[in-house]
Amino acid sequence: MNNNLTRRGLLGLGVGASGAVLLGACGDDGPNPVVNGGGSDAQPAATTYSGPNVTLTFWNGFTGGDGPVMKSLVDKFNAANPNIKVTMNVYEWADYYQKVPAAVSTGNGPDLGIMHVEQVATNAARGVVLPLDDVAASLQLKEEDFSPPVWRAGVYNSKRYAIPLDVHPQGMFYNKKVLRTAGLDPEKPPTTNEEYLAALDALKAKGIQGHWASPFPFTGVHQFESLTWQFGGQLFDEAAGKPLFAEEPGVKALTWLVDLVKKGYSPKNVAQDADAIALQNGKAAFNWNGIWNINTLNGVKGLEWGVSALPQIGTQKAAWAGSHNFVQFKQKANDQNKLTAGKVFINYISQQSLEWAKGGQVPARKEVREGTDFKALKEQSAIGSQIDDLHFPPSVPGIADAMATMDVAVNEAILLRKEPAKALADAAGKAGQILEQNKKKYGG
Amino acid sequence: MAVKEAVRPPAVAAATGRKKARSHRGATPYLFLLPYALIFATFTLVPAVYGIWISLHDWDYLLPGKPFVGLANYAALFDWASPVFDFFWQSMQATGIFTVFSVPLLIVVPLGVALLLNRAFPGRTLFRAVYFAPYVLGVAVIGLLWRFLLDPNLGMVNAALGAVGLPADTPWTTGLPWAWISLVGVTVWWTIGFNAVIYLAGLQDIPRDLYDAARVDGAGRWAEFRHVTLPGLRPVLAFVVINTILASANMFGQAYLITQGAPGVETRTAIMYIADEGLRSYRMGSAAAMSYFLTLALLLVSVIVFRLFREKDT
Repeated sequence: MNNNLTRRGLLGLGVGASGAVLLGACGDDGPNPVVNGGGSDAQPAATTYSGPNVTLTFWNGFTGGDGPVMKSLVDKFNAANPNIKVTMNVYEWADYYQKVPAAVSTGNGPDLGIMHVEQVATNAARGVVLPLDDVAASLQLKEEDFSPPVWRAGVYNSKRYAIPLDVHPQGMFYNKKVLRTAGLDPEKPPTTNEEYLAALDALKAKGIQGHWASPFPFTGVHQFESLTWQFGGQLFDEAAGKPLFAEEPGVKALTWLVDLVKKGYSPKNVAQDADAIALQNGKAAFNWNGIWNINTLNGVKGLEWGVSALPQIGTQKAAWAGSHNFVQFKQKANDQNKLTAGKVFINYISQQSLEWAKGGQVPARKEVREGTDFKALKEQSAIGSQIDDLHFPPSVPGIADAMATMDVAVNEAILLRKEPAKALADAAGKAGQILEQNKKKYGG
Repeated sequence: MAVKEAVRPPAVAAATGRKKARSHRGATPYLFLLPYALIFATFTLVPAVYGIWISLHDWDYLLPGKPFVGLANYAALFDWASPVFDFFWQSMQATGIFTVFSVPLLIVVPLGVALLLNRAFPGRTLFRAVYFAPYVLGVAVIGLLWRFLLDPNLGMVNAALGAVGLPADTPWTTGLPWAWISLVGVTVWWTIGFNAVIYLAGLQDIPRDLYDAARVDGAGRWAEFRHVTLPGLRPVLAFVVINTILASANMFGQAYLITQGAPGVETRTAIMYIADEGLRSYRMGSAAAMSYFLTLALLLVSVIVFRLFREKDT
């Protein structure tokens, strides 16, 4: 077996290296090189389009309340730009990430799309998306205009592949009625570990399990990530060479979540979505959930709820967040008109991100975020106040594969099948192997 | 045969014509086979062979480099230090557990249902439809439906159990062995109708006079079932057994939607893991090797089942 491994390793290295050379020869543009390749010295892209009529396809995974908002923005764009017609298709995100690369490889890919920040590097490395440095240049966008971690996350191999549209952080949702039953002030939700545990105790005294600890990625793993950062930890090192989530901060974070179950603040065996539903029907008081939950809760009649930044459980403030980003897909036919029109579209929607915020997101753009109009969106801005405390996974291809092992660890620990430290150590071992595999594969 | 030969023209006179006819007759079956053969080759044979080729490489269809690795993807399945070893065998174990517990139920229960539905009673057609109905639903529908019903804290199943004084905190979707009981139970409920309909067709093919003869010989209900019904169903049974084993070994949707592989990766089946490896992590060579291993295992099981049924014949 050992022999095999070495031989495989050698072969992998050898061919991997020649693959890297091949990639290099293609100028990172893969099989269909495109003019205006990118890099930080890219020329600005056009902000208006005056060529012949073009039709662009725009795919995304906005299946929830965010879908109609994006559709209306697309309609507005179409009305304002008679020579560009954008048609939008919506898929489930999980399907979308499988469909898009396949479609692009056969030359039937969409022109434009949305990608979550942790998917950008993978798709850049696999030649699915095109560099967008020129769009950044023409929008005169700089790191200061966004939140720095969001802005940096769209860069892979010193080229920008993504223009951030929004960030969707985790916030603490709470049921005001339930808080009142336990004699807590619904206008002053807990902000520290002491306050939080005191609130949970007060709820427990009334027979309410205040914080349902979910063992699934939504929302349990996100909570674990928030807490790991709060305890001063990282999930991976900067270059994503090795996992760090099994170190002390990670163990503290997971232990804190598991203790919710052990101390009776959470029921055992919380199933998918049960934590969010429990908040809605008054069985739980708190639910740390993504900002998209605003729309869901707005739709529940008679529910009195609020949302705030996550309480500071660890030594510093931090919260999990995702981010939607614009990307432009590689095409078989290198149609300059379509590429230009696509960039005009990205530019337009990016400037409309306040409208997008109404769909339940925090705009990526600082000027929009700090404007009075956004501040008027009470819930969104409460969650948006965490913007400086957000973290994203390193921008490395295949990072999602390694993060999947973390999901297993959190699941095993919160379902009380493994001690937190052991579950995390096992997962980190796996994640390390996967990172190494990916490094070989993507020639990192 | 003899009659047909007799009306044919004399052999000598039609020697040449017959030769022509014969060669024409020789091509006919192949022409009939051609359309299916084309479809089979395009969608099964070529992809299957291509799959072997993929399994010998570090394959990501979008990367320009697809290094040839020989049998390394297969060797990794047997190397405890490889990143796929634990997960792969865990998933094979999950598939094994599900198959072992679901197949007997899916063979026996539908047989009972078919026997009942084969008798004449008012409302028979309605009941036939009722038992078959769940099978019409897609896996997404039944998966979501049962995920909500079986929710350990908020689901109706536990609420109902609690209302009659039984334990109301069974972790139907998040604990063991409950998750397996749920998955097997839901699958039986969902697919019972399919096997029952096949049994029903088989039952109706058993000649009535065999039952009459048995009754004349003084056979009771049980003797009738053992000596007439079961032997009469043997060809159908062989099909049902093999088909059910293969379907159970390919279980994906139920676990994907109801338990999501939880707790940990205990209920992540082989197909789920292969899909993860190939379509989410884009390690298609490794996923292809796993698929081939699973295929070989299933071939082996199928051959054993075939043997068992053939030996009974002799």
